[in-house]
Amino acid sequence: MTQVLSRRNFLASSAGLVISMTLPLAARAQSGAAAAFQSGATDEASFAPNAFVRVAPDDTVTVIIKHIEFGQGPFTGLATLVAEEMDADWSQMRAENAPANDELYKNLAFGMQGTGGSTAMANSYMQMRKAGAAARAMLVAAAAEDWGVPESEITISKGQISHGSGKSSGFGALAEKAAGLTPPEDPPVKSADQFVLIGTDLPKLDTRAKSTGTAIFTMDVYREGMVTVVVAHPPKFGATVASYDDSAALEVPGVQAVRQIPQGVAVYATSTHAALRGREALSVEWDDSAAETRSSAAIFEAFSKAASEGGKDAEMLGDGAAGIDGAAQVIEAEFRFPYLAHAPMEPLDGVIEVREEGAEVWMGSQFPALDKPTIVQTLGLSPESAQLNVMLAGGSFGRRAQDTAHFAGELAEVAKAAGGPGSFKLVWTREDDLHGGYYRPLTVHKMRAGLDGDGKLTGWEDVVVNQSIMAGGPMAQMMQDGMDPTSYEGSTKMPYDLGNVRVGWAQQESPVSVLWWRSVGHTHTGYATEVFLDMVLEAQGKDPVQGRLDLIREDAARDRGVLEKVAEMAGWDGTKVKGDKAYGVAVHESFETYVAQIAEVSDAGGYPRVHRVWCAVDCGVAVNPNVIRAQMEGGIGYGLGSVLFDEITLADGGAVLQSNFDNYRMLRIHEMPEVTVEIIASDADPTGVGEPGVPPIGPAVSNAWRALTGKSVTELPFLKTMEA
Amino acid sequence: MVSFELNGKDVSVDVPEETPLLWVLRDELQMTGTKFGCGIAQCGACTVMLNGMTRRSCVTPVSMVDGSSVTTIEGIDGPEAEAVQAAWEGLDVPQCGWCQSGQVMSATALLMEIPKPSDEDIDNAMAGNICRCATYVRIRKAIHDAADKLEG
Repeated sequence: MTQVLSRRNFLASSAGLVISMTLPLAARAQSGAAAAFQSGATDEASFAPNAFVRVAPDDTVTVIIKHIEFGQGPFTGLATLVAEEMDADWSQMRAENAPANDELYKNLAFGMQGTGGSTAMANSYMQMRKAGAAARAMLVAAAAEDWGVPESEITISKGQISHGSGKSSGFGALAEKAAGLTPPEDPPVKSADQFVLIGTDLPKLDTRAKSTGTAIFTMDVYREGMVTVVVAHPPKFGATVASYDDSAALEVPGVQAVRQIPQGVAVYATSTHAALRGREALSVEWDDSAAETRSSAAIFEAFSKAASEGGKDAEMLGDGAAGIDGAAQVIEAEFRFPYLAHAPMEPLDGVIEVREEGAEVWMGSQFPALDKPTIVQTLGLSPESAQLNVMLAGGSFGRRAQDTAHFAGELAEVAKAAGGPGSFKLVWTREDDLHGGYYRPLTVHKMRAGLDGDGKLTGWEDVVVNQSIMAGGPMAQMMQDGMDPTSYEGSTKMPYDLGNVRVGWAQQESPVSVLWWRSVGHTHTGYATEVFLDMVLEAQGKDPVQGRLDLIREDAARDRGVLEKVAEMAGWDGTKVKGDKAYGVAVHESFETYVAQIAEVSDAGGYPRVHRVWCAVDCGVAVNPNVIRAQMEGGIGYGLGSVLFDEITLADGGAVLQSNFDNYRMLRIHEMPEVTVEIIASDADPTGVGEPGVPPIGPAVSNAWRALTGKSVTELPFLKTMEA
Repeated sequence: MVSFELNGKDVSVDVPEETPLLWVLRDELQMTGTKFGCGIAQCGACTVMLNGMTRRSCVTPVSMVDGSSVTTIEGIDGPEAEAVQAAWEGLDVPQCGWCQSGQVMSATALLMEIPKPSDEDIDNAMAGNICRCATYVRIRKAIHDAADKLEG
């Protein structure tokens, strides 16, 4: 096979290489978190007390961020923790992405390097504070030695190290001396009452670059002699290439080569435009023999039938569903949730540079621990010879958290098929993104509740039917007894005392790939449970807020706290409809963060118009309230757009109907409600905020809409119900 | 060969004339602040100014800008742009940041046309710019803040 790039081009491009990994990662042979506290300066004048902190001679403190930044705020949040313990001034703080390195940068909640489940702050909270505290202790020791004074007499405030004798210094001047000291094994950290920065609205470190167009994302990486690649993917899930004709594609100016890879047919070109035109000119015959050929409608019917059969027990409390039998009144509803694409604004992309020995990769890798080995194995490299640079990413919402490392695999296959060294940028278009699968699983909830003659609940049943995200991938080993809790999380362990409860799960199979979508199972369980509960409370003649408060268990104080707070914020007085506006409430915990929302909704010609949303959140210690508010605002907008407009639909035959933002509609500015957020004061350990703002908005709007119109929306999106 | 003024400097590119301006800016001129989001003028991430008016560069053939003046996020200046970017920083508008170049371009153009926009003016001017992170609450407030600052 001829090489896509000439040897000459490769040599030209490798001449200007700079090894961009700035942290020396030669830790002593130690395991666990302690390994991350090794000293190792990058140059003579810098001070890197551990794998997370680097102090430069100009006083800047760079925090190496082990979690990918795609808007949820770890650059700012994790840097805050270090700054707090160093007593640094916020203006001297910087952040940069950690490269792929499982040993140093593992997520302590996962045991591998990766971001997800709203764990960034929760798992880093003590680790990053310890990293900052170690740096501080070494700077203090260096100052004490330099000045000949006891360490105990030295103070640090806003980045200035001082002694009562009048001596003072910034961090930079003492960096070299500090670098020669031994890092403390277990430096003490502050108590909460000593916090200066934690709990304040520090400006985000990445805002300026993102407001001026200077932030560099994966797609912005240009290497000398780089080839742009697009791949023709199968139009149906599970289909494969039968044959292809590349003669017309190869005639497109700029197209250099066409190669078949396991994922489809790759077109290599000198520019993005040429690659796209080449792909248009390509003719591919697909083998659909193993493809999903059912429509969404047919899949819904099959899932609905499976729901009627009850599934396996996911949770049994009291007498389970038996409590519903013989009830005076049985309330039933079947909820239907479509496949959803994440549609991050930056579509999937990656750059790989294969050299004579090894490779360097740039991508918005959310699971470096899985992406890097996939690339290394595909190309037959040693782990040491490959470097994965984690880049800023233009959104993810779960899309880049690939347990199968499918995009890294495609990138590596593109490089492999090129047949030699070179730089390759693989770009997915929006059409690739929306057709590309890895959707929020299509889901059915079949819900039943029984009321006795006095209107008292006798039982609650929720049968969930969907594909498992974990099954079939490397996470399958985490499933116990064949159960995937991410399929029904939120339907189980509800904060309410409902007496007799049964939650069932019926796992389904399909070649359509599925993935976690911002809040995962809670995307549908939050809606199904909170809308259905509202229907039950209505049947009981109870107020939506007081009715919930009456049901919340004694030990669910944080659910109660956010519900009481949001009711206070919205001035809830039990009146669901005021004039032309109606109010709906929902409360839902996900990833140990508790969120309650009240939505104000009117009827805009058959569609809900959401005017205002009140949101109360309890995420433990609020490290940066500004970031928390932003995530609640964004989560509300993301969730609202999806419940109002979005579905990925398989047509008869199995092809996806939606292709771009003209038919997969995003929430736009005129559809965004005003949002008021309050954060519950707490000294509990911090939990995440990237996802938990999403689940309550759908049911809050739906409950308001039912109050206003009498219509229960049980099939999403709203748009579908309105058009029916 | 197509020649135009880019951020005040003359540039010439030798590409097929139907090539979208977006890919000329990025692939040929390495001006990467202008982003790709959809390719069909639905999301606004690729917004630039063409002779002072906002334009979706992803559907603009480069031949169309021959002899024209193009301004990208890297080149905007003037009181409106400065006020918008300062307000963006003041409110920490961006989350992932991918759409924000386009948002800043559209907001700047709005203030150049309507110095004191109403909420409805903002809706009309900004509805073509999708933000998947839904930073819309802050975009709206930042535009009002920028207008106030320009007025003050």
